Amino acid sequence: MAKQASEAVHGKRIGPPKSEVPVLDIDGLTKYFGGLRAVSNFSVRVDRGELVGLIGPNGAGKTTVFNMVTGLYEPSDGAIEFQGESVVDLEPFAITQRGIARTFQNIRLFPNLTVLDNVRIAYHPHAGYGLLEAITRLGRYSKKERELTERAQEFLAVFGLEDRQREIAKNLPYGEQRRLEIARALAAEPELLLLDEPAAGMNPNEVYMLMDLIHFIRDKFDLTILLIEHQMRVVMGICEWMTVMDFGEVIARGTPEEVQSNRTVIEAYLGTSAEMEVA
Amino acid sequence: MRTSQRISSLLTGLVAIAVFVGVQLLVSKELISAYWAQVLQMGCVTGITCLGLNLIYGFNGQFSLGHIGFYAIGAYASALITKDWRTKWSGSNVGAFSFILALEIGALVAAGAMKLLRVGAIRKRAREWLVEYVSDREARFLSGLVGLTVTAVALAIGVLVGRTIQTQLPVLMGPALEALSSETAQKIVFLLALISGATLAGLVGVLVGMPLLNLTSDYFGIATLGFSIMVYSALQNSDLVVSTMKGARGMVGIPRWSTWAWVFWALVIVAVIARNFIHSSEGRATVSVREDEVAATVMGIDVVRYKTIAFAMGCAFAGLAGGLYAHLYSFLHPSTFHFVKGFDPLIIIVFGGLGSMTGSIVASFGWAFVLEGLRVLLPQGFEDWRFVIYPVILLIIMLLRPQGLFGGTEFGFLKAPVPAPRKPKPAEALASGATEQGQGGER
Repeated sequence: MAKQASEAVHGKRIGPPKSEVPVLDIDGLTKYFGGLRAVSNFSVRVDRGELVGLIGPNGAGKTTVFNMVTGLYEPSDGAIEFQGESVVDLEPFAITQRGIARTFQNIRLFPNLTVLDNVRIAYHPHAGYGLLEAITRLGRYSKKERELTERAQEFLAVFGLEDRQREIAKNLPYGEQRRLEIARALAAEPELLLLDEPAAGMNPNEVYMLMDLIHFIRDKFDLTILLIEHQMRVVMGICEWMTVMDFGEVIARGTPEEVQSNRTVIEAYLGTSAEMEVA
Repeated sequence: MRTSQRISSLLTGLVAIAVFVGVQLLVSKELISAYWAQVLQMGCVTGITCLGLNLIYGFNGQFSLGHIGFYAIGAYASALITKDWRTKWSGSNVGAFSFILALEIGALVAAGAMKLLRVGAIRKRAREWLVEYVSDREARFLSGLVGLTVTAVALAIGVLVGRTIQTQLPVLMGPALEALSSETAQKIVFLLALISGATLAGLVGVLVGMPLLNLTSDYFGIATLGFSIMVYSALQNSDLVVSTMKGARGMVGIPRWSTWAWVFWALVIVAVIARNFIHSSEGRATVSVREDEVAATVMGIDVVRYKTIAFAMGCAFAGLAGGLYAHLYSFLHPSTFHFVKGFDPLIIIVFGGLGSMTGSIVASFGWAFVLEGLRVLLPQGFEDWRFVIYPVILLIIMLLRPQGLFGGTEFGFLKAPVPAPRKPKPAEALASGATEQGQGGER
């Protein structure tokens, strides 16, 4: 699976092969906030192992799409299917337990908890012991607690945060907080990972490291990744294909090269030539 | 459990026993006056209450002003049981106990039955089925009726079980208790009364919490304040329903059964439960709700569940403390549970440090000692000045240490177990762990 996916990195596969159930299938998704139409008739299909970009200028509705997929917002219309099953009416925590995890554009760690606890919390649904066992420290408590701690430490090791496990999350430098947030999302054992502007606020060097990291975790954990980004460099560098949004609507799809030369996309980002002249 | 953890548990146990025996000895040799012994006991009771509130506010982040109401529920419920037993001392009267127990088990059985019957799922299915035959509105109405019927069945099961307990328990328990020596019987009755009081407070906590826990901090605070005012009013007029509660005249004749041993070990047990809970995966989930509700729910934490658990547990602790309090002074009056008094535990936990169990316990004792100590230290006629002095102390400490005495830190056995640093594994071991992970995800 991973091999196939890494081939696709350099290949030109646009859109998915239709052989299996897509990991994520969004169809006709629409969201109104009062009279404002934030997302309009948005559709995307993401297959297993793909790394798909969702780009667009600020305010295009990208994060709103993420919020609907993770259940934080209720769609006004449209369907969201994860592995062939609708997740529209589920509570956010239930959606995560089915296998969708995400990060946030403005990092949302548990600021006053240790790095280790941040990751262990995400692992909680798989903890394997109940309230009574926790209170009495009997039964599976000791064994499972040790297992889940080791598991969390493994995730931290992957992200080079091993030595930081006892630090308070808010005290970490920015780049490490970003990495920790991704580690935490992975601890939820997702199949689909949604990354919301993972490169925001990073310097070019950090961005390159992040791009490597994203590739690495995709292959290592056999993930499917949908990524929001508005730095073109990042998406161009790592996504196999992408969907471009503007004003809540899909304006283009294709490989990075195709999208880059697409007129509508250029206009969305830079404005029309008439506007350019005025400016 | 690792050896270091085992050693620290052992040490804690020894220290607890030493403190217990020490105080017991000092009291029996009259090195501590009965008055100060009572202050110590009150410190333990307050400690239990405050650990409960810290669980709700400090660890789960729910700003509750209703804590005193749950304290009152526990106090009156357990007092009713023991007084009932005491007034017909030689007899076998467990009427109040069987009633309260029936209420609790009935409620639990009804809740369990509702969960087993899956009311929500049945209603949904009924609606999907009906919608093919009738209009959407009618389907909604009819499926609502179906849901109500199922709920009624669940409640009926609960009532039936409760009723059976209420009628059968005295028959079974009375003679059994009579067979025991009166001292043992007393201890059993007291223990059962305390547990019943705590359980009742916890159950009411769940009931009150269900609609309210969706509210965010300040709104939740006001709503729970409303609850404590309701409890206060109900207690003022309680004699209209249960004559032995005596309403605004105050309930007298409660046996004075709370000894140093009872309150001290109750505090130890509550502290251990709170510690075990907080330092478990369940507890971390609870704390994550305080830290960031949205992030918690997106990480797969059922926020409502953990709010309810923390609230119910905190309320049950308050109920237990109330029960101990009732049997400490043998007199209960609604004014003790006035909502203004409800701010005391809040002050204590903020003072001790939100999210610090050590802080709550230390501040509880500090509170009891400062209030009573000033009464002794201040010259005659100036006792009321302690309500000037202690707020000044509060002000100063809050200015110097806004995070409370202990901040979020813990001491001794209340500390989180330190995770061992990971054993360095060869790279391929890590990689195989990762593939396992992937396969696990595919299931």
